[in-house]
Amino acid sequence: MKRLMILGAGTAGTMTANRLHKELGADWRITVVDPETRHLYQPGLLFLPFGRAREQDLERPRQRTLRRGIEWLNAPVEAIEPDRSRITVGGSHLEYDLLVIATGSQIRPEETPGMIGDHWYRDVFDFYTLEGATRLRSALAGFSGGRLVVNVVENPIKCPVAPLEFAFLADDYFTQRGIRDEVELIYVTPLDAAFTRPVASRALGSMLEEKGIRVETEFSAGELDGDRGLIRSYDEREVAYDLLVTVPTHMGAPVIETSGLGNELGFVPTDPHTLAAKEHENVFVLGDATDLPSSKAGSVAHFQSHVLAENIVRASQGRSLLESFDGHANCFVESGFGKALLIDFNYDVEPLPGTFPLPIVGPMSLLKETRRNHWGKLAFEWIYWNALLPGRPLPISNRMSMIGKRKLAA
Amino acid sequence: MQTIQYAGQPIQINDEGFLTDSSQWTPEIAEEIARETGVGPLNERHWAVLTFCREDAAQQGTPPGLRRISKLAGVQMKELYTLFPKGPGKLAARIAGLPKPKSCI
Repeated sequence: MKRLMILGAGTAGTMTANRLHKELGADWRITVVDPETRHLYQPGLLFLPFGRAREQDLERPRQRTLRRGIEWLNAPVEAIEPDRSRITVGGSHLEYDLLVIATGSQIRPEETPGMIGDHWYRDVFDFYTLEGATRLRSALAGFSGGRLVVNVVENPIKCPVAPLEFAFLADDYFTQRGIRDEVELIYVTPLDAAFTRPVASRALGSMLEEKGIRVETEFSAGELDGDRGLIRSYDEREVAYDLLVTVPTHMGAPVIETSGLGNELGFVPTDPHTLAAKEHENVFVLGDATDLPSSKAGSVAHFQSHVLAENIVRASQGRSLLESFDGHANCFVESGFGKALLIDFNYDVEPLPGTFPLPIVGPMSLLKETRRNHWGKLAFEWIYWNALLPGRPLPISNRMSMIGKRKLAA
Repeated sequence: MQTIQYAGQPIQINDEGFLTDSSQWTPEIAEEIARETGVGPLNERHWAVLTFCREDAAQQGTPPGLRRISKLAGVQMKELYTLFPKGPGKLAARIAGLPKPKSCI
């Protein structure tokens, strides 16, 4: 019996395990290692602070998300030793024939001096964890006016559009509460604009202005001064806040770093097209754990998992790997007031306007605010639990298609 | 896309001023872009960053992020902002003849 080990049972690891359970021969045993007993629907965290999702609906028991026959070790991985093809769990060594690293990315607020301290979860919150999003909900409910700052500390981050969506939903939320005029919304980004790709910035550039959200660009937060209520950039600029919603530095799982497998942020160097680890033959990397320039997002993990499953099967048979991952990402972007945008892009093609063909429900508009896109985003939760995670086929190609897209001169 | 004269050579750049072909780059071009972007005459510390960026991009296929530059080129974040004011990641890439670091939208 040969053994495939998958480290991490988040979106990427779970759907890959379920898919491979069907596709890999009976002489393979699949073992998933993850210390968390529950699976979290991460896209729901965006809605939680605004009372549009309930925490009990966002989690399901891990056991129910993995197909019968997949072994699950409910424990942390203590070490990965690719040179010996083994990992350490609970003090004992476990050998593998093929390894998939899907340990994801996590926020590290402690990387910013001053962020973790008396002010953390008092007037400084994240919304990338269940605890952060839940506590932020109480803080927002008690917020009656003042300056709310949304800050991305540094890139890459998980779901790169989420901070913008948060700002849009905050505008909606305070409007509904009738106190929008009392709230100053500021979006602070290390990039040179809120939308940096030429076509998206032309199509959407005025959105923030129309919503009355001020943008502070090229701001790399170097430290937080909680007593004075401000963030300071490396070039000594300051932005004051009454309530800070931070998207802290993201890094890979600590075990990647301690096993010496990561880059400067603990992400694993990965072949951009085959998803094989650059330095180890029988190791593959998936989802947020890679160092790839594709977005850290569930849709990307989904498109990658097609290529990865095929390549695992090929590797198990000693055949050459497909080089077919193209960086495809497909994301709904909530823009508030019951509308959303849809974007579809890859390594080489930036988000373009046009339509996105979908069987049955019909075409969705790209790079344009519509109600349909908003319903698409909400419907996605059902699709996530019932089709995506179980590894069932979805009518979306894993490679990006130009059908419906309008090419514009950049 | 347009063609511009840098160091006496016709060089292709995109709308944001980034070289479209990194192999056309020369140190003389770097000096000219540095002047044009207000970075000024390039000193030894600038060159430590630029040389690292070019070598790393050649190996990795993408221009390095700020943290990577800081850690592997041995230049503190604050110094990066002194050397390349405002947006060191973007400016260093442009002066080094590399593409603009990517973001999603």
